[in-house]
Amino acid sequence: MLAWTCTNCTEPMTLVQKVNSATRRVPAWLLYILLPVPGLWLFWQAVQNQLGPDPLDVLENGLGEYALQLLIAGLLVTPVRNLTKINLIKYRRAIGLMAFAYVVAHFTVYLLLDQQLYWDAIWKDITKRPYIIFGMSAFLVLVPLAMTSNNLSIRKLGPLVWRRIHWGVYYASVAGATHYVLMKKTWEFEPLMYLAIFAVLIGYRFIRFRRRMIA
Amino acid sequence: MYRHKTDLKYSDITPRNAFLNRRQVIAGAAGLAAAGSIGGAAQAKLMAKKGSPYSTSEDANSFEDVTPYNNFYEFGTGKPDPAKHAHKLTTDPWSVEIGGLVNNPGNYALEDILKEVTLEERIYRFRCVEAWAMVVPWVGFQLSDLIARADPMGSARYVAFETLHRPDEMHGQKSKSFPWPYVEGLRMDEAMHPLTILATGIYDEELPKQNGAPLRLVVPWKYGFKSIKSIVKITLTEKEPPATWNLIQPGEYGFYSNVNPEVDHPRWSQASHRPIGGGLFAKRVPTLKFNGYGEEVASLYAGMDLHKLY
Repeated sequence: MLAWTCTNCTEPMTLVQKVNSATRRVPAWLLYILLPVPGLWLFWQAVQNQLGPDPLDVLENGLGEYALQLLIAGLLVTPVRNLTKINLIKYRRAIGLMAFAYVVAHFTVYLLLDQQLYWDAIWKDITKRPYIIFGMSAFLVLVPLAMTSNNLSIRKLGPLVWRRIHWGVYYASVAGATHYVLMKKTWEFEPLMYLAIFAVLIGYRFIRFRRRMIA
Repeated sequence: MYRHKTDLKYSDITPRNAFLNRRQVIAGAAGLAAAGSIGGAAQAKLMAKKGSPYSTSEDANSFEDVTPYNNFYEFGTGKPDPAKHAHKLTTDPWSVEIGGLVNNPGNYALEDILKEVTLEERIYRFRCVEAWAMVVPWVGFQLSDLIARADPMGSARYVAFETLHRPDEMHGQKSKSFPWPYVEGLRMDEAMHPLTILATGIYDEELPKQNGAPLRLVVPWKYGFKSIKSIVKITLTEKEPPATWNLIQPGEYGFYSNVNPEVDHPRWSQASHRPIGGGLFAKRVPTLKFNGYGEEVASLYAGMDLHKLY
C-alpha cells in the first residue's frame, strides 16, 4: 500500500504502477476467450487446406508449440513479480488451464487425425518410443493440476498440499520440451530453445529456494 | 487399396506454359516485360517419353504438393525451408565427377550426360521415413545407363554418391550437426536396377532447385533420404560406402533403408503412413514392403535378414 501513501501525489505513476493498476481493469476471464483464438485459427486454416501440403503436421506441431509457450507464460509470472514487482498472478490460473487445453487439443489431434485411433500403433508409441513417453507423461502429470485449478480445491487441499501438486508443472514443462527435442531427427535449435527456457525458469526458482533456506 | 483421393488430378494441373504465360501477363502489366527479365524464366518442356511400364497408375500429387514440401537439410531443417532458400543455388554449369572402379572416369558435364540418354517419365510412389508419402511424376533416365557409360570394372560392388558442398549457397551446410557433404550409397545390383533413376525433372519441368536440381537419385522402394539430391560425384567402390543418416544415427537408419512396415523406426511405426495431398482428414494407408515394388526388387534381398540389415 506504500504507493498510496506518497506525500507528493502529483508524481507520475511508474511503469510498474501503471501495469499493476491496468490489471485491476482487465479481468482474467478475458484470457479464456483470447487464448484459444490462435489454436482455433490454426484449426480453421487446416480444415480449409491453407497450411500447405501437410496441414496435419502444421496443426499438430502448432498446438504443441502453443502449449509450451503458455507453460512458459505461466512460469514467468513469479519471476516477473519478484524482479519487477509487476503482479500478474490473477492471470496465472487462466494461462495454466489454457496451456492444458492446448495439450489436450494436441493429444486429440494425435489420436484422431494423426494415428486415427489405430490403437495397436498408439499403444506401441506410448510404451516404446521415448519421445511419446515424455509427451504422454507430461500430459498425465498436468491432469491433476488442471483438475485442482479452482478455489474449492485450494481450500479443500490446503495451500501446502496444493502447492506440492502444482510443482508437477516443472516436470511437465521439461518433459514437454524434451518430447519436442526428441521428436526431431537431429538437434534442432527451436526445441532446444524451449528446453533451455524451462531450465532457466526452473533454475531460477531452485536458486531462490536455496537462498531462502540458507537465509 | 493403396489409392488415395486428391482434389487435383494430373489433368487438372495448370500446364507450366499457361502458368508462365499468366505470370508474363501480370509482369507485363507491371511493366517488367519490357526489361526482358521474364523471357529467361520460361523453360522448355522436357518432353519425356510417357507410359513407362514402371510407372504407377495412381494419381500423382500436384506440382504444388511436391515442390514446397520436402526435406533438403542443406537449406534448413523445416519442410518449407528448401523452397524458400534453394533459389540461391547455382545449377548451371554443372558436372558430375565419375570415378573409382570405372574404365571411363572423368568429369562429365551435365549436358554431355543428358545428350546420351532418353528422358522418360516415371510416376513413382515416394515414401518418407517420417511416415508420409506422395506420388511423384519424375522425369529422368536409368542410372544403369550412366554407369554403363562409365564402364564399371568387375570389382565394383557398390556405388557412392555425393551432394554438392557449397555452404555459401546452401546455408544449412554451415551447421555443424551434419558431416557435410551429404553422401549415400547403393549396392551395384540396386544401382543397376531399372527402377533406379537419376531424375532431372518433375511434371515435364526441369527439377525445381529445392527438389535436388539439376540431378538427383530416385530409388522408389527405399525411404526418401536414400534418394540423394544435387549430385556432383559418383564413385564405384568395392566396399560399402558411407551414408549420411546412417553415420549420424546408425540405430535409426540402416544402409539399405528399404521401405519395410515390419521394421519400425525407433521413434515411429512404419506400418502405415499418411498420404500427402488429401488434406487434414486424409486416411492413413498401410505401408507395403518395398513400397509396393516387391515384385521387382524383393529378389535382390533373398536370404537377407531385413530386420538386421534394415
